[in-house]
Amino acid sequence: MDAILLQILNGLDKGSAYALIALGLTLIFGTLGVVNFAHGALFMIGAFCAVTVQRIFNISYETVDESQTDFLGNALVVKTPYIESWFGPQMGGAIIDWAVPLAILFTVPIMIFVGYAMERGLIKHFYKRPHADQILVTFGLAIVLQEVVKYFYGANPIQTPAPEALSGIVNLGAIIGMDIVYPVWRVVYFFFSLVVIGGIFSFLQFTTFGMVVRAGMADRETVGLLGINIDKRFTVMFGIAAAVAGLAGVMYTPINSPNYHMGMDFLVLSFVVVVVGGMGSLPGAVLAGFMLGILESFASMNEIKSLVPGIDQIIIYVVAIIILLVRPRGLMGRKGVMED
Amino acid sequence: MLGMNKNDTKMLLLVAALTMLAPFILNPFPTDSGLAQFNAGYPDLMQRFVIFGIFAIGFNILFGLTGYLSFGHAAFLGVGSYSAVWMFKLLAMNVIPAILLSVVMAGIFALLIGYISLRRSGIYFSILTLAFAQMSFNVAYSVLTPITNGETGLQLTLNDPRVLGVSQTVDGSIPVTNLFGLEMRSTFEMVLGPWAFQFNAGYYLSALILLAVFYLSIRIFRSPFGLMLKAVKSNQQRMNYTGLNTRPYTLAAFVISGMYAGLAGGLLASMDPLAGAERMQWTASGEVVLMTILGGAGTLIGPVLGAGFIKYFENIFSKINESVLHGWFSALPDGLEDLLVTLVYPFVGKGWHMTLGILFVLVVVFLPGGLVEGGQRITNWIRNKKAGGKTPTSTTEPAE
Repeated sequence: MDAILLQILNGLDKGSAYALIALGLTLIFGTLGVVNFAHGALFMIGAFCAVTVQRIFNISYETVDESQTDFLGNALVVKTPYIESWFGPQMGGAIIDWAVPLAILFTVPIMIFVGYAMERGLIKHFYKRPHADQILVTFGLAIVLQEVVKYFYGANPIQTPAPEALSGIVNLGAIIGMDIVYPVWRVVYFFFSLVVIGGIFSFLQFTTFGMVVRAGMADRETVGLLGINIDKRFTVMFGIAAAVAGLAGVMYTPINSPNYHMGMDFLVLSFVVVVVGGMGSLPGAVLAGFMLGILESFASMNEIKSLVPGIDQIIIYVVAIIILLVRPRGLMGRKGVMED
Repeated sequence: MLGMNKNDTKMLLLVAALTMLAPFILNPFPTDSGLAQFNAGYPDLMQRFVIFGIFAIGFNILFGLTGYLSFGHAAFLGVGSYSAVWMFKLLAMNVIPAILLSVVMAGIFALLIGYISLRRSGIYFSILTLAFAQMSFNVAYSVLTPITNGETGLQLTLNDPRVLGVSQTVDGSIPVTNLFGLEMRSTFEMVLGPWAFQFNAGYYLSALILLAVFYLSIRIFRSPFGLMLKAVKSNQQRMNYTGLNTRPYTLAAFVISGMYAGLAGGLLASMDPLAGAERMQWTASGEVVLMTILGGAGTLIGPVLGAGFIKYFENIFSKINESVLHGWFSALPDGLEDLLVTLVYPFVGKGWHMTLGILFVLVVVFLPGGLVEGGQRITNWIRNKKAGGKTPTSTTEPAE
């Protein structure tokens, strides 16, 4: 029983990353009608925001400490981060320790800017061109972004640990009398993704801006005829979608050290998630993200793997292929959208 | 000639001349000069030029003619490679049965995937092929380890049960791939003064095959079948409304291009008998997309140019490191030299992918016809200039 609960937890966790990326993807498709192959790169840029913030916090100056010597008898050079000298060692140390959560503050504006620049600079020229061209140009862009990151940060994964307080493990099952030991950060990631998803939905549901955007998704022309500049709002939505991908990336860094090709690794999976959920459907993306995450972690159980060897590697694709063939609009896609 | 019009004959002859004289064309610089690093006329690279040229020609039959953007073609390349290596392991070191088997296997595989994928069009087709390719990669990487040898990749070993031929040669090494005794790796080197030209058996075999399949693709482009595919590209709905079932045509195109990919995979394995799962990864499929678009999708010669271009840059550009750059700019004053090196360095050497990406984006945005269209624009511009801007320009549009 607790093994099954553990797998569900694992799945929810994987699913949070899928759901967040797929949410952004489907938001872009639903509003602008663009298939964004560079979305994985946005996820990766978000992760590298965390790396950058961590590095900035760790910029230090060197002092020679005469009271300590190394084994050769020379005075020891001590590195003190500027942050520690500004806020005192206690506070400064804590700030450095909390680099990843703090990076969220920096990531949101950066990602909104990146998304905005991307849409205005490149993608807006591709609304009228076929989907194949959109795929091609965003694929090219993804390569460029990936290489830029590789140039500045190198090809090796960079460790970005979670804060000390959140890096241990917790026994989640204690309340219900079971033994489910789970890393704290993964729990945090799950709840964080719930917050972000909830935030996006309430933004679209309860603000005027969101209402107009939803109206534009349903019927762009009519909204335009009402005298509303829908394109501008869609551009902002692109920025927000980029920010969602970025946030997913920042919080993901303690789980897996970021490297320059993590975006491409996630891209295919998140496309599969979007397709299963239904192109352009936000609840579909979230549902499919969690569902596929859980499916994948169940498939990786030893009992199931011994039954069907290798099923954990291909289960997601099999599901996607079946869905595409029997219900091309996806689980929650609107009727008639991309059903050819 | 051979059932082609004059222009196509000219193009075929041009490609024939380019491939047959490649050892000369690609080796323009004397061996000991500083520019020798730009020589691409060594067998390994020349083989890659033509093999990936074949791959791209095949991809172009699907994408250039029907407009179906497949992101999973590397899977067929991988299947071709694996089948060829298995043929070497089990039957003989002769490359002919290996290549035949790889074409057949890739064709069957493409029939299977195409039958399912072609039920959808547009982005759904792209994502379906992407999913299939990634699935095949995962299957090859882990599930089918007894057949594919997992992450190590499939290789020849000393105790392969070769039915026709020996498991190991007299001196205890693995026999090499050959064509009725002509070893694929045998290279004749011609030294002409400071130049050294290399003629490799494997390269010439691949080049001849390239010519054959290039001719085939010309015939496909000009045939009623090709015309039908172009019609599918320009308006499939209208085709369906006229009562015509387009599925068999697109499926045929898909299978043919899959067989081209399998042929390329088989040739790769024939030149160097190993096969690995990384050949099937979706980024490898992206590479052939890059080649075709860069060269010019829908044009005949574009994919070959694109493949050559990318492979040349991958192998030559990536060798330029910081010290080479310093060598180039050493005539300049120190500060300027360092500045130029810092400016150029991110785009060459290990960073050549960035150049490729930027180039690709630029081509998609400004030159949808790729290098071929670029070349046409330049020649037209020159012609116009000569004639004082009076002659009407003529462009052969890539297939719509």
